[in-house]
Amino acid sequence: MAEETLFKVTIDNITVEVPAGTTILQAARKIGGEVTPPAMCYYSKLQGSGGKCRTCLVEVSKGSEKDPRPMPKLVASCRTTVMDGMEVKNVTSPRVQEARAGVVEFLLINHPLDCPICDQAGECHLQDLSYEHGKEGSRYEFQKRTFKKVDLGEYIQLHMTRCILCYRCVFAADQISPKREHGVLDRGDHAQIATFIQKNLHNEFIGNVIDVCPVGALTDKTFRFKNRVWFTKPVNAHRHCDKCCGEVQLWLRGDEVFRVTARKDEWGEVKEASNGKTGWICNDCRFEKKNLADWVIEGPTNVNRHSVIAQNKYVGLVKPTETFPAIMKGRNPKLLMDIHSVSEVNKPNIHLSQLERPAHSTDFNQ
Amino acid sequence: MGVKLLLAKAHIEGIRSYDVYRREGGYQAVEKALKTMSPDAVVEEVKKSGLRGRGGAGFPTGMKWSFIAKPEGVPRHLVCNADESEPGTFKDRYLMEHIPHLLIEGLIVSSFALGSNNTYIYIRGEYAWIVDILEKAIEEAKQNGWLGNNILGTGFDCNIYVQRGAGAYICGEETALLESLEGKRGNPRIKPPFPAIKGVWDRPTVVNNVETLAAVVPIINLGGEEYAKIGVGRSTGTKLISACGNINKPGVYEIDMTISVEEFIYSEEYCGGIKNGKRLKACIPGGSSVPILPANLLLKTAKGETRYMNYESLSDGGFATGSMMGSGGFIVFDEDQCVVRHTYTLARFYRHESCGQCSPCREGTGWMEKILLRLENGHGKMSDIDLLWDIQSKIEGNTICPLGDAAAWPVAAAIRHFRDEFEWHVLHPNEAQVRNFGLAHYADPLQVPAGA
Repeated sequence: MAEETLFKVTIDNITVEVPAGTTILQAARKIGGEVTPPAMCYYSKLQGSGGKCRTCLVEVSKGSEKDPRPMPKLVASCRTTVMDGMEVKNVTSPRVQEARAGVVEFLLINHPLDCPICDQAGECHLQDLSYEHGKEGSRYEFQKRTFKKVDLGEYIQLHMTRCILCYRCVFAADQISPKREHGVLDRGDHAQIATFIQKNLHNEFIGNVIDVCPVGALTDKTFRFKNRVWFTKPVNAHRHCDKCCGEVQLWLRGDEVFRVTARKDEWGEVKEASNGKTGWICNDCRFEKKNLADWVIEGPTNVNRHSVIAQNKYVGLVKPTETFPAIMKGRNPKLLMDIHSVSEVNKPNIHLSQLERPAHSTDFNQ
Repeated sequence: MGVKLLLAKAHIEGIRSYDVYRREGGYQAVEKALKTMSPDAVVEEVKKSGLRGRGGAGFPTGMKWSFIAKPEGVPRHLVCNADESEPGTFKDRYLMEHIPHLLIEGLIVSSFALGSNNTYIYIRGEYAWIVDILEKAIEEAKQNGWLGNNILGTGFDCNIYVQRGAGAYICGEETALLESLEGKRGNPRIKPPFPAIKGVWDRPTVVNNVETLAAVVPIINLGGEEYAKIGVGRSTGTKLISACGNINKPGVYEIDMTISVEEFIYSEEYCGGIKNGKRLKACIPGGSSVPILPANLLLKTAKGETRYMNYESLSDGGFATGSMMGSGGFIVFDEDQCVVRHTYTLARFYRHESCGQCSPCREGTGWMEKILLRLENGHGKMSDIDLLWDIQSKIEGNTICPLGDAAAWPVAAAIRHFRDEFEWHVLHPNEAQVRNFGLAHYADPLQVPAGA
């Protein structure tokens, strides 16, 4: 291709130049931060994904330099390409915020909200989404739709009740594994991800559907209920693998490997490998290599400070100054009651993250 | 008597067979178009006629045809949308069942105009017997040299194939139809690209309704300008209306869009008045997706003008006090019908037919159905009405395809015009189980049919 034409696009009053053919969402990701619309179904590495969840809706207040008319409807930013001079409103548009809150409510009415027992909790996109864009309660007063749990072979469990039908796993199986054996059956709110008739999913790259699932609908059976993700420590590691890139993230507790996943970028998508190839990993690396000796550790993964996974990972770092003593001349505010002195349960002196195994009641009885 | 173009010969004995149809002047449009006109001239003629899509949206057909991309070496396709699944609409069924050759003739002319050598009729699976009728008609046309290679020695090749759907309302949406035609799951595609650029198998495609394509025949026979003289304003030509509900003579009527709604309902020529001498309560003038109108707004617009059966007049006043022509499914309600129950029925339909691709429609339609069922059964709360309004406003416009809108509009219109009936259901839960709210102020005070 000859010289690339650059389009100027303004998102929430921030202007960025992107090549023609870029989507609004990709342009917003280039800016980063708050102006990036959330995306539940779009996955930049999966062709054809996106447009379904409607969480990335944005308002186009000016179509382009040539045709400055605004678009009448909110558009899905993941599938709308930018035009030169386009002006987009995301966080600055009350209409978008309202519609997005609506979508979050819709997504949650049939979601079981069983986060306390869900393995995805802590790295769940739906949790982030509802925390950031949802309202505090739901107005839904009816029974939620439920499905039975299904075992898709020895590695993957499907818990359809949690699914938000983003179709990512369908695209993933279609595009990165040799053969797709599952898809969407039925339609409407009784649509489900399923194999027909109950088949096992086993081909070499099928484990990646767990990584692309934004919620806890597809879970790793070798990790289920073993640990909460925020108690494990992610480290980057690699091994020589002739099927995949072999570059993974290990989730450790002490020197026990609890889980192996592909490396993810800041948008929760699988990163490209260092040799420029795709970062998808094979089932062998993901499910079978659970010994530390199998891997060469590169170092800790950089975890976003705001993630719950970062909790307790920064012990020993300089803490920010306490505001209260600073403005109260060294005194602390008087508490009505010190919860730690009256509670038998809460023991702040015990650091759970320093335990090398799951916490046990005996740990609190010291 | 209004002008009849499509159904003028529908009642001739044996018109379904080729011989009778040809004897009655059939396939003249093909002869005229292929022998004396260029494809562009046909498109031009359709443009001049002002024909608007009869499937519901009312988009000018000539304009749609001129949008089709014409890249070198890529075949183009015409697809006929016979997936008529809108509750209340059965005009295409009537047309295909009684006068199938009219559709085939329209298809040949349109295929010639668009350069489509392989044309498809996507028909809903429930119309199983019509598939046989159409296939027989295609076979007869082929034997008589109207289809196949080198038609009439002009060098134009055309084949028509009938493809059955599997019974999904969503496959009437043009991109879902194309997906289904390709053999995939019928999920609507995200536009753009529009089918005119990338349609079936990524080739430029035009999707048109059965009635639209059939109307091409009289346009060629009469000439576009002559056709445009029928009707009024931008509503040109004739329109098939499938009337049903509480009327004396339900059925398919061809109107020339100059008669008033009142005349259509009460005249002997058309619906013949409300059944059992009852009074008119409400009406859905264009198929289940369009807003319902109470009688007083149906017969007269908000400005007090008479409402006519055409695109402009029916949508006069926007959604606040108007409705839409839609696909022409004219559903009439008498004073004994319950709007809450009716709205629930529609909500159930849209919940069942939502493809489940985008979240507002997938989750919202089910939620609305549950709330409406609760209201109908007398367990509702006052806040449910506002909640329904809020849900529909969050579905409308936020989905990939118009099914979300189609699910939201009937609910919105029912609450807009019949809020007092919803409230009555909440306040009188027991009474609502045994009797209907009645007519109240939205009943038609002007028209008292004889015998009432």
